Amino acid sequence: MRKVSRWFQRNLIRIYALVAFTYLLIPVAYTVVFSFNDGGKSNLIWKGFTFANWLNPCGAPEVCTALGNSIKIGLLATTFATILGTMIAFAIGRHKFRGRSSTNLLIFLPMATPEIVLGASLLSLFLTLKINPGFWPTVIAHIMFCMSFVVVTVKARIASLDPRLEQAAMDLYANEVETFRRVTLPLVAPGIAAAALLAFSLSFDDFIITNFNSGTMTTFPKFIYVSAARGIPPQANVIGSSMFIIALVIVILGQVVGRKRAVK
Amino acid sequence: MAEKSSIHGDLRLVNLTKTYGDFTAVNDLSLTIPEGSFFALLGPSGCGKTTTLRMVAGLEEPTNGQIFLGDTDITFTKPYQRPINTVFQNYALFPHLSIFENIAFGLRRRGIKDVKEQVEKALELVELSHLASRKPTQLSGGQQQRIALARAIVNRPALLLLDEPLGALDLKLRRQMQIELKWIQKEVGLTFVHVTHDQEEAMTMADTIAVMNEGEIEQLGSPADLYDNPKTAFVANFLGQSNLIKGTISGNDGDNHIVDLFGQKISLAKNRSHAVDNSIYAGIRPEKFRISRLETPTSGNILTGGKIEDVSYIGVSTQYQVLMPWGQEVMIFEQNDDAVAPFSVGENVNISWESGFTFALRGDEDAEAGMEVEPEETIDDDE
Repeated sequence: MRKVSRWFQRNLIRIYALVAFTYLLIPVAYTVVFSFNDGGKSNLIWKGFTFANWLNPCGAPEVCTALGNSIKIGLLATTFATILGTMIAFAIGRHKFRGRSSTNLLIFLPMATPEIVLGASLLSLFLTLKINPGFWPTVIAHIMFCMSFVVVTVKARIASLDPRLEQAAMDLYANEVETFRRVTLPLVAPGIAAAALLAFSLSFDDFIITNFNSGTMTTFPKFIYVSAARGIPPQANVIGSSMFIIALVIVILGQVVGRKRAVK
Repeated sequence: MAEKSSIHGDLRLVNLTKTYGDFTAVNDLSLTIPEGSFFALLGPSGCGKTTTLRMVAGLEEPTNGQIFLGDTDITFTKPYQRPINTVFQNYALFPHLSIFENIAFGLRRRGIKDVKEQVEKALELVELSHLASRKPTQLSGGQQQRIALARAIVNRPALLLLDEPLGALDLKLRRQMQIELKWIQKEVGLTFVHVTHDQEEAMTMADTIAVMNEGEIEQLGSPADLYDNPKTAFVANFLGQSNLIKGTISGNDGDNHIVDLFGQKISLAKNRSHAVDNSIYAGIRPEKFRISRLETPTSGNILTGGKIEDVSYIGVSTQYQVLMPWGQEVMIFEQNDDAVAPFSVGENVNISWESGFTFALRGDEDAEAGMEVEPEETIDDDE
């Protein structure tokens, strides 16, 4: 009895970790497993193993159009939000100007506002301006809410940057442009990359704001929401699993490259 | 190595002033640093030495005054337009570049294509050739310090600025780097301007030291000048220790003053007095004193009536606190090298010294100026 309780004490943290990770990863495992389900149109009950869904990921009607739209919107929103957000982050992080603290506050507002309110307000704004909901209004909306996250992420990186590195560059005959290109930008780049990834995943994932402003255009989250009423096709699981695997590969690659660099 | 920059010569600071709001960091500072010298700006935290250095580097704009390098006014030129390089306090090596690229940075920015030979020579100079492909974070503090030095020296600047370059190193490494830095300076023949709060470091390395206090230069001279003949109480106390005894000039004897110290007469060379009137502080360094028992004959200046208050044996010497009849405790260092048995607490003794060692300060000075100044441990001091 004593032995058992000692063993339990020693392994408590492992048991807890196991439970926690199971809890976290069961939905993902479910998604992956059901991407192999021979379930036809509705993918709720396990009916047998098949590779058919993976061999034909665009098999369900509209699923790849929706995915394409999501990727297009995500890339556009990421590009613009990252460029604009990085510029704002540098302005706030590096320069003292009137209204800097209020700018800081205003940047936080879109993150603090409930998405449902943002989505509805944007729709009424677009309609007032006589712009019909669709692809471009969605892109504009996504840039808007991604930008704040980019600013916050990049600003944190800039704040942690030692200003003496830039002074050292200037001291070593690099003018302002060269200092930025050779020292500042390379050192802030990991922050910018993280911000871009965050922006893309936020945009790709967004349903609420998109639903208000996309009109008849379908995105991947919208597609799943709509099809949920009559059963989500297994192709959605295939795409979801693929996204997960791609993200995982990127993370692992990043770690490997990072470790290699550290060793060198 | 690289061609010498067209701008070179003595560094001249003319009435240099820097204020931040109401605070004056550097006050009307004028100074000439001769080409090829090893010059130290020495002072406590917040004395304006780093601000002065940053103005010379171009990282700070003076509120007033001018900076000349040779005949060229560089007061408002950009840092990258000055043939001046800095070894930063925390080294400021570029973490994303290899050691080789860190050192090549300045050469490349000046448009030099073939940097390999010069970078390798610089690495050889600091004896770290084998680390060329590493990243700065993989180096120890001492190694980073040398790379920072190599990165600056490789450019053959007209002037090399060192901002507390050894502040982050431990004592042993610091001693070693002091000697190495001095050797490197001789080897490359560049003008070094070294900012430090460590008086020992300044005295070990520099040809000339300017002691700074509250934005102004208290005294400028060779280490020996400053130590043997300080002009102010601040210098007397900041560079080593001093015994300052209140007194009055009561007469003259040829080249000497006769000074009355609480009723006892001593002599003081006239050219070693910085007093303005008869009221003075007589200064004697602790190691200049000799202690003697009452029956032992002694020469030079003598003060009688002392009593040993405290004895600390520290190996190379013994430190005595001697209570004088007027209630002042005098600090005395005795070498442990003679046959005289050590003195013990409570013994009555006389103290004496060669009269040539006496210096005199103004009697209205604060005898404790510069004494309570703790060397700073933080990285940034003047901002």
